[in-house]
Amino acid sequence: MLKKISKIPFKGTDEQKAKLDAVIAECAGDKSLLMHVMQEAQEIYGYLPYEVQIMIAEGMDVPLEKVYGVSTFYAQFALSPKGKYNISVCLGTACYVKGSQEVLDKLSEILGIESGECTADGKFSLEACRCIGACGLAPVLTVNDEVYGKLTAKDVPDILKKYGV
Amino acid sequence: MYRSHVLVCGGTGCTSSNSAAIIETMESELKARGLEDEVKVIRTGCFGLCALGPIMVVYPEGAFYSQVKVEDVPEIVEEHLLKGRMVKRLLYDETINKDNVKSLKETEFYKKQHRVALRNCGVIDPENIDEYIAYDGYQALAKCLTELKPEDVVKIVSDSGLRGRGGGGFPTGRKWSFTAANKADQKYVVCNADEGDPGAFMDRSVLEGDPHCIIEAMAICGYATGATEGYIYVRAEYPIAVHRLEIAIKQAKEYGLLGKNIFDSGFDFDLHVRLGAGAFVCGEETALMTSIEGNRGEPRPRPPYPAVKGLFQKPTTENNVETFANIPQIILKGADWFASMGTEKSKGTKVFALGGKIKNTGLVEIPMGTTLREIIEEIGGGVPNGKKFKAAQTGGPSGGCIPASLMDTPIDYDNLTAIGCMMGSGGLIVMDEDNCMVDIAKFFLNFTVDESCGKCTPCRVGTKRLLEMLDKITSGKGTLEDLDKLEELCYYIKQNSLCGLGQTAPNPVLATLKFFREEYVSHVVDKKCPAGVCKDLLTFVIDKDKCIGCGMCARNCPADTIIKTDYVAEGHKLPSYEIIPDKCVKCGACMSNCKFKAISKV
Repeated sequence: MLKKISKIPFKGTDEQKAKLDAVIAECAGDKSLLMHVMQEAQEIYGYLPYEVQIMIAEGMDVPLEKVYGVSTFYAQFALSPKGKYNISVCLGTACYVKGSQEVLDKLSEILGIESGECTADGKFSLEACRCIGACGLAPVLTVNDEVYGKLTAKDVPDILKKYGV
Repeated sequence: MYRSHVLVCGGTGCTSSNSAAIIETMESELKARGLEDEVKVIRTGCFGLCALGPIMVVYPEGAFYSQVKVEDVPEIVEEHLLKGRMVKRLLYDETINKDNVKSLKETEFYKKQHRVALRNCGVIDPENIDEYIAYDGYQALAKCLTELKPEDVVKIVSDSGLRGRGGGGFPTGRKWSFTAANKADQKYVVCNADEGDPGAFMDRSVLEGDPHCIIEAMAICGYATGATEGYIYVRAEYPIAVHRLEIAIKQAKEYGLLGKNIFDSGFDFDLHVRLGAGAFVCGEETALMTSIEGNRGEPRPRPPYPAVKGLFQKPTTENNVETFANIPQIILKGADWFASMGTEKSKGTKVFALGGKIKNTGLVEIPMGTTLREIIEEIGGGVPNGKKFKAAQTGGPSGGCIPASLMDTPIDYDNLTAIGCMMGSGGLIVMDEDNCMVDIAKFFLNFTVDESCGKCTPCRVGTKRLLEMLDKITSGKGTLEDLDKLEELCYYIKQNSLCGLGQTAPNPVLATLKFFREEYVSHVVDKKCPAGVCKDLLTFVIDKDKCIGCGMCARNCPADTIIKTDYVAEGHKLPSYEIIPDKCVKCGACMSNCKFKAISKV
């Protein structure tokens, strides 16, 4: 899977580092917990820039290339920061046959970004995901944790309006 | 004692349509009327009829309220729970029987279902171990530990005829016996809850609705195979399932049903939860184990099989969620009971996640051998909007499709394999005449190209080439020769890939080529997409006699490709418009803006 890698400079706080250190201290004895640590790190920082991957590699005593290998293998790990509002359109089969591609295209058109990208002001990011399991509501999209279901491309402007577009 | 119980669905589907707020409002409304000690509100797992969510059922009447909104809650409390009058406008219309309601079991959707794996979903509170125990929970484990020898347990599972529900259909009892036969200082049980097939959600619903039954079954498997530790590998995309599993494990430990010396039998069993991170290949058993170990989830060559060298190089038994969900009932009710359901070689029931172009989207559990027609037309309520059924896709990106002509095939492992399809994990996506089968094949290939782990060349490069060929066909540049090449490459990938992902990735192409070859031929010979999906092959035209000349289409055209003509149709005052095909970007904006249905795509 190809991943877009951010060029935005890393801005981590001491507080975030302290949180990550605590997670690492708890898991350092068991290398099979690497993915768990990375999931927690993404929860703390919102994404996994190189700087964070280096901290994890050193803390868990595993080679950096292994951390990088894992971060690029799994779809969940983001190497670019997400927008304040992360819009995720389900492209699972049930949503796709009911037209979710058109919903994604419409979002792309209005926001001026492709799937996997973030708007320049950092407000919106757009991604396609594989099945969140709400197939009864197909097609669905989520904005952060808010779920919108039974959509058509025509509903897109109204949804975006709620977030100030 | 409560006089009424209100069950509200807390599955992912209903939670997405706000069932949590419904529960909150319900509780505060009850409190405001002093009813909190008389009416109990319970958040359950999935009822199955997701199309009608959020769902609420009030007992003892069994009133089934569908598509409930937060605003409806005060009315339900006031009218039904206080005054005893059901709110008729919110009842599921199929359950209304003159002055009364009929049981859910009598509705078309539930009538033909037989719930074994889903028996507690939508019935108990999944976050309360006492409710599970009240429904015979942990009795099967007690029976195994106190009355049966490990080999007896393996024998019961073997005799039941249960086969792996993750898609492969390997006999579960045999799998257990392989691990049991290997001696080692440590063995493991792994539950595969990495439900990666997009459009399948049965494993999630079992975990959300009945997490204890998976814990119980894994402990039974541990006892039967000699394992003392288990791992549940579950998708991170299922937060509710993960949350309830963690609660359930904690409760089971507090009750002494997990941990040391369970039921004073000397048997120890402990469980861990590991979260996936969105990689389809991790549903393959060896890739899943590699991922639990903290690595890139790449598959390993077999042999050695997991029963010899599995997780952390130790003998391991891996089963899917739904397979495990059947185990406690098989132990309690016996192998013969289970084997009495289903067909000759496929015993028991199967859960399907119905989705796509069907009225009753949701979860259904049916005895093996039920026909596709019964599932779609009777249980599923048919294809909506008067459209014609075209095909059903099973097995997700690894599966194939069943065309309308084979709708009467009884569904079991062997019949589906025989028609070039596969059972898969149970996703069943219905497609109607508006879906293009070439486009669907391309959709799945897009998926497998994305999800191929890259370890072996036939899959990594082969799927990419397949996708390029399909792209060529859907953009109108394909030839008949391409179809033969496509087929040849499919077989090559199938035979030479390392794991299940690559070996099955060409299936959607092969199945659509087999049943819908004429549709491929239309794309390459006539350069037309009969379903009107593939954009490059579409032309938008304005019917000049229907066009009233309002100009809405021209104003909304992003490419300025619609112009006024000098033709005025009979009975109209303004001249009609026409589209210049060369400049058209085929966005469809004109068609959706025309109120007079004068624009069509051909």
